[in-house]
Amino acid sequence: MSSTGQTTASSVGAVADASRLVAFALRPKLRPARDETYAELVRRFHHDDGFAELVKAICLGLDLVILDADDRHGLVVASSEESVFAVRMTDYARRSGGEGKAAERVLHALAHLGAATLAYPRPADLSNPAYVGRVTVNGVEAFVREACRRLSEAAAEAGDDVDPSADTPDLETAWRVYQRRAATPGSGDGRRVASSTIGIVGKALTFLADQGMLVKRSEEDGGTYATTSRYRIQVAEAGSRMFAELLSLGITEITDGTGTLTPVEWTDQTVSQL
Amino acid sequence: MSPLAVTLTCMEVEFEPGRPFDDAASDLISDRALTSAGFAQRVKALATTAPLHDLDARKAQVQSADYTVYQMAELALHAIDLVTIAMDFDTGARPVSVLKDLAAGVTAQAPDRALAEHQRVASWVLENLLNVGSTDRGFRTVYGLTGPGGYERRTFDFKLLEETRGLDGDLYLRASNEAVNVLVGALEVDLEAAHIAADVRLDILIKRGRLSEAQAAAQNARYRTIQYGEMLRQRLEATSRDVRNVDWAQAMPAFIDEALAHIEGRYRAENAILVNLTEVRDTADTPARKAHAARLVDLVSDCLRRHDQLQAGLQTAGRRFRAEQDRQTFAPGPIRAALDLHAQLLQPVLTRPVAEADVPLLRFFSPAAGLIVPHALRLVDLFEGLITPPAERDPLGGLIEDPEIELDEEPPRFPGASYEHLASLLDLDPAAPQRLSGLLADARARQSEDPDAEDLPLLVVVRVLALAAQEIGVARRHHDATVLIALDDGTVLQDPAFAGADLLVARAEVLQTRSGDTQPIVLETADGSHWASDGTETIDAGPTNVKPEGNMNSNMIQENAP
Repeated sequence: MSSTGQTTASSVGAVADASRLVAFALRPKLRPARDETYAELVRRFHHDDGFAELVKAICLGLDLVILDADDRHGLVVASSEESVFAVRMTDYARRSGGEGKAAERVLHALAHLGAATLAYPRPADLSNPAYVGRVTVNGVEAFVREACRRLSEAAAEAGDDVDPSADTPDLETAWRVYQRRAATPGSGDGRRVASSTIGIVGKALTFLADQGMLVKRSEEDGGTYATTSRYRIQVAEAGSRMFAELLSLGITEITDGTGTLTPVEWTDQTVSQL
Repeated sequence: MSPLAVTLTCMEVEFEPGRPFDDAASDLISDRALTSAGFAQRVKALATTAPLHDLDARKAQVQSADYTVYQMAELALHAIDLVTIAMDFDTGARPVSVLKDLAAGVTAQAPDRALAEHQRVASWVLENLLNVGSTDRGFRTVYGLTGPGGYERRTFDFKLLEETRGLDGDLYLRASNEAVNVLVGALEVDLEAAHIAADVRLDILIKRGRLSEAQAAAQNARYRTIQYGEMLRQRLEATSRDVRNVDWAQAMPAFIDEALAHIEGRYRAENAILVNLTEVRDTADTPARKAHAARLVDLVSDCLRRHDQLQAGLQTAGRRFRAEQDRQTFAPGPIRAALDLHAQLLQPVLTRPVAEADVPLLRFFSPAAGLIVPHALRLVDLFEGLITPPAERDPLGGLIEDPEIELDEEPPRFPGASYEHLASLLDLDPAAPQRLSGLLADARARQSEDPDAEDLPLLVVVRVLALAAQEIGVARRHHDATVLIALDDGTVLQDPAFAGADLLVARAEVLQTRSGDTQPIVLETADGSHWASDGTETIDAGPTNVKPEGNMNSNMIQENAP
């Protein structure tokens, strides 16, 4: 770092350092606490504006977006849609590409969304950096299934619980697709069936743990994981992108941020009732 | 096994789309629309039996054995029956025991066949009921309805048997709602109403004394009990998993109240039936009638037992949920509002058709899943990888080398030369004690002459300090003639390197006392004073000019006045 705190853009050494920081960001399991060089580069990113500009420029060129830089999780970057670093659904889950496989893609993505929702159930949890969520494979599966069940109940009450048309399978609603898929079929040898919803959720959580976003705690409940600070940032980014997309389709709406999961006021009467 | 696809095309009305209606006709249509819901139910009820008929249709196609002798639909019904009866509030039926009981049913149909075949048939039936091999493990039927927009085809998905994991992680079988409906041969109806109806029918039949018909009714009542229990179980389980999604203020207490009231009502009704039945049994005139009544008593008791279980489950539900609620209420409060993942993302997207949900979900998936760094393959690496001969490995593994262990001795703190100088320094004349300061001066002089004698003054101090705590007993036991002692007479040491008392160092003679003499030894000093001791050793120290107020242990020292 130069004594003035300014780095000249032409400095070859500074570019090398900035690129190294981006390279660190591409290794999500590495943390500044474990690597002296990384920690130094993150500090420099915070204090040296010229250096920060360089890092941003390099990320821009690589189709990456900087989400956060912190001592705990280092530099967190997200890929834009066309980046080579983006995880593509077709790479993630085989046999999910092409037309007519939308149901398969939806199931895999729902597993990720369900995991994020269960990890950060309230809006406040997502904005609280100290919050550590805890998810289990069975828990995420049951959570999404329950959401589907409630929708099916609501549909039945509203009287539009019509079975999907046989000619246009893509018009089947997402909850119906999820509900239809078996949760835990036996495979004969005790292993998970990959195409079951438990299998799909298990794959999602294992993948996230490999990405340094979850930490495996135990084998309980099909696999118990705790969230890392990195996951919170990535979920917030992913959520806002999806929210923008939903808004443009007119599917969701902006709320006052108090959350919709029922708040409960306990009175003496309700307590005695139970 | 191919997933089942039964096509039921049912036209209830002869109706040509495109023909203009008059008023009467449109009234007719709206009536039909009302009844079409009931019609769909009948079609679905019909469809749920299709997998059972399908078994009989396909048994001839099994290549490995001749299954045509078995009545597969009966066996399937039997299997569903077994699972349903074995199901209770907590767990389902164990597949092993279901297979065993089912094999017994198979044996009854063809006793001359081998036992192994019976078991194969039983597992074939069970697998087909689960529809192993299809992704959903369920069945799908396409049916059609005539609506205002013309004839529409719809799909109906259902399961007969489901595999679920119990608390212990084992697989259990549970019969679905549709499967129980197949058993009782009824349409989808309100469960509580059906339950009450079954009990009323049973009651009436018993009161009229038609016991053989009452048995079927009792069986029916039991199926309804099981079905109701299953519904409650699902509801309670779902809410306990996801407590925040439940309206605790109104919906849940109301639900529990309602369920408890229903169970209470059933309990009362069935108890009354049981009283009637016992009376019938006890007053029955023929043995056959008595046996009938006894079986009925068993069935109704089973219903009552299940109700007990349900009630217990409902009563503990409140406590369980309250504990869960407490845990969540004391979570840290909100800091600032952000995205509500559940209400703003998950729920809206679930309600959308698959094609529409696909794009937003992929928007979420990509950033949430993180990054993937593509592997860049260099030709050099590939080439090297290919030409490297595989490393040959000894199947027994490499030799284990014995580690050479060297004794790592700590080097002595002071060199040998220092010890030699120390010995000569302390080789004092018993008659000429020395002060520590004098010894130190001597040691420094020796050290400056002999460069090998490192840290000699320190060594002298350490040794002299040890002498101050000298135990005389050891020297006496060893019959040593003299012993070195150091004592503090209050003089302060004036030294650049060390501080403390200027100890007096002397070599004292050990006087051996008379053996066996236990009386205190009296030491005589030169000036004629005496010290008495209850110790056993006496020392005759050389002449000194100090008073014996030494900082000694408990040993007596005889001092000679100068």
